[in-house]
Amino acid sequence: MIRIENLSKSYGPAQVLRDVTLDLPKGGVTSLIGPNGAGKSTLLSLIARLIAPDSGRITVDGMDIARTPGAELARRLAILRQENHLVARLTVRELGGFGRFPHSAGRLTQADHAAIDRALDYLDLQALADRFIDQLSGGQRQRAFVAMVLAQDTDYLLLDEPLNNLDMKHGQAMMRLLSRAAHDLGKSVLVVLHDINFASCHSDRIVAMRDGRIFASGTPAEIVAPDPLRDLYDMEIAVREIDGQRIALFYG
Amino acid sequence: MSARARMAAALALVAGLAAASLFVGVSDVSLSGILQGQDRDWLVLVESRIPRMLALVLSGASMAIAGLLMQIVIRNRFVEPSNAGTMEAAGLGLLVMTLVAPAAPVIAKMAVGAAFALAGTALFLAILRRVPLRDPMLVPLIGLLLSGVLYAGTSFLAYRFDVLQGLLAWTQGDLSGVLRGRYELLWLGAAVAGLAWFAADRFTVAGLGHDVASSLGLSHRRVVALGLAIVALVTAVVVVSVGRIPFLGLIVPNIVSLALGDNMRRAVPWVAVSGAGLVLACDILGRTIRAPYEIPVGTVMGLIGSAIFLVLILRGGRRAA
Repeated sequence: MIRIENLSKSYGPAQVLRDVTLDLPKGGVTSLIGPNGAGKSTLLSLIARLIAPDSGRITVDGMDIARTPGAELARRLAILRQENHLVARLTVRELGGFGRFPHSAGRLTQADHAAIDRALDYLDLQALADRFIDQLSGGQRQRAFVAMVLAQDTDYLLLDEPLNNLDMKHGQAMMRLLSRAAHDLGKSVLVVLHDINFASCHSDRIVAMRDGRIFASGTPAEIVAPDPLRDLYDMEIAVREIDGQRIALFYG
Repeated sequence: MSARARMAAALALVAGLAAASLFVGVSDVSLSGILQGQDRDWLVLVESRIPRMLALVLSGASMAIAGLLMQIVIRNRFVEPSNAGTMEAAGLGLLVMTLVAPAAPVIAKMAVGAAFALAGTALFLAILRRVPLRDPMLVPLIGLLLSGVLYAGTSFLAYRFDVLQGLLAWTQGDLSGVLRGRYELLWLGAAVAGLAWFAADRFTVAGLGHDVASSLGLSHRRVVALGLAIVALVTAVVVVSVGRIPFLGLIVPNIVSLALGDNMRRAVPWVAVSGAGLVLACDILGRTIRAPYEIPVGTVMGLIGSAIFLVLILRGGRRAA
C-alpha cells in the first residue's frame, strides 16, 4: 500500500499540492484524473521521490521513501514521466536492459535477459529490438520506455500520461496491457490519464484531483457520473452506459 | 565481421600507426640500426620516440573518453572539455601554480589544474541552469564564450607576469617536447579515464536523465559529479603533459555513436582506440608534411577535427539534440 500523509508542495509562490492525504491500496489499476494544474503529475513525482515534498510523508509498503535507499525502492516502484528525451543513442533492447539496473547493476544475468524479452514481447517490440531509439516514431519510443519500466519488474508502476503520442490502437493496447499487468501479474498501477473514458473503462479505482487537493475517489461508477464530473471540470458532461461501459460525452 | 574481429582489426591499425610513429622524425632511426644495437638509434628510440608514441596513445584515448563521458552526463552531443570551460580553467590553474609555486612538482601543478578544471566545469553548469535553453547548439556556444573569457583572463595574467611563452605549451597541443620522464603522468590520466569503463553502466543510466536515473535507484547528482571529476582530472593531466588537443573529444565519440550507439560499456573501448589512432595519425601527418619542421598535433587536429565536425553537424544535426 502507498500511504500519503499531509503532503504539500509549492513551486515558488504557487502551491501545487495542499495537505494531501490518501491511501492507495495494493493491486489493480488506479487512474488519477483532473483538470490541468490539479497536481496529478506532481503527486506522482513525489511518490517516486523524483522531487522532495515541503511537508508530509509517503510510505510504500511501510517504508518511508525519504529514508529508504534509492536502489531498494527502485526494486519496488518504477515511474515513467511524460517527457522522455534521450540524448544517448541506445537500442530498444539496451533501454530495456537498463530497466534491470536496480536488480543487476548493469551485469545482466539470464533472468535479466528473460525479463527484458518478456517486456519486449508484452509491448510487441521484438521486431524493433535492435533499432536505435532515435530511429523510432513517437509512439514506438513511448512503448520502448514502457518496456523499460516493465522490465524493472516492480510491484508498483507509476505512469504519467502514458497514452501521449499513441494512436487509438496503441492507446487501447497500452490500457489493456496495464490492466493485464495489474490483474495477471499482481502489480499496482497508478496512472495519470487525460481521457476519462479510458479511465472509466480500464480502472479499478479513480482518484480525482483539483486545485492541489483530492477532490473525490472511488470506483469508476461513482466518479464517472454527471455530478462529480461537472464539479471537477467546471463543465456539463453527460454520461451514458454503452455495452456495460460508462462513457462520458464531452465532444459536442 | 564479428564485433571481436572488428576490434582486433582496429587495434592492429592503431598498432601499425604506433610503430610508424617510432620511425618518423628529424633524426633518423632505422630498424636496422636498432637491430644492430647502434647506441644513438637506441637512445633516440628509448628517450624520445617511445615516450612520444605512448604520450600520443594515452592522451588520445583519455581525451576521447573524457569527451564521451562529458557528453553523456551533461546530455549534450556537442560539449567536450575544450568548449565547456574545462580545458581553459585547467590552463589557468597551471598558470597560477607557475606564478605562485614555480618549484612545485608537476603532480601538484596537475592537481591544482584539475581543481580549476572542475571549478570551471561547475561554473559552466551553473550558467546552463540559469539560461533557459531550447536549442542544444546553444550549450556549446555558451561553453565557448566561457572558455574565451577564461582564456582571455589567463593570457592577461601571463602577459602581465611575462610568462606567455609557458602558456603556449598548454594552449597548443605539442608533443615535440615529450621525453622519457616528462609524460608518465599520462598513465595516471589513462587509468582515471578507465574508470569511465569500470562504471560505464552507471554513467549511461545517468545519461538517461535525472528522472529515469532516480527511478532506477541511482543518485543522479552523485554520478554526474563523479563523471565530471574524471573529466576534469583527465583534462588537467593531458593539458599539463602535452597541451590542448581540440575537437578530439568531440568528433571521436560522435562518430562511434553513429555506428554503435552510446551504451558506454560498448562505446568506451571503441572511443579509446579511435582516439589513440586519430591522434597518432595527426601527429605523423604534422611531422612529415613539411619535414624537417613540425606542425604541432593540436594544430593538425584542429584543422582535421573542425572539418569532420562540420560534416557531422550538417549530416546529423537533426538527431544530434
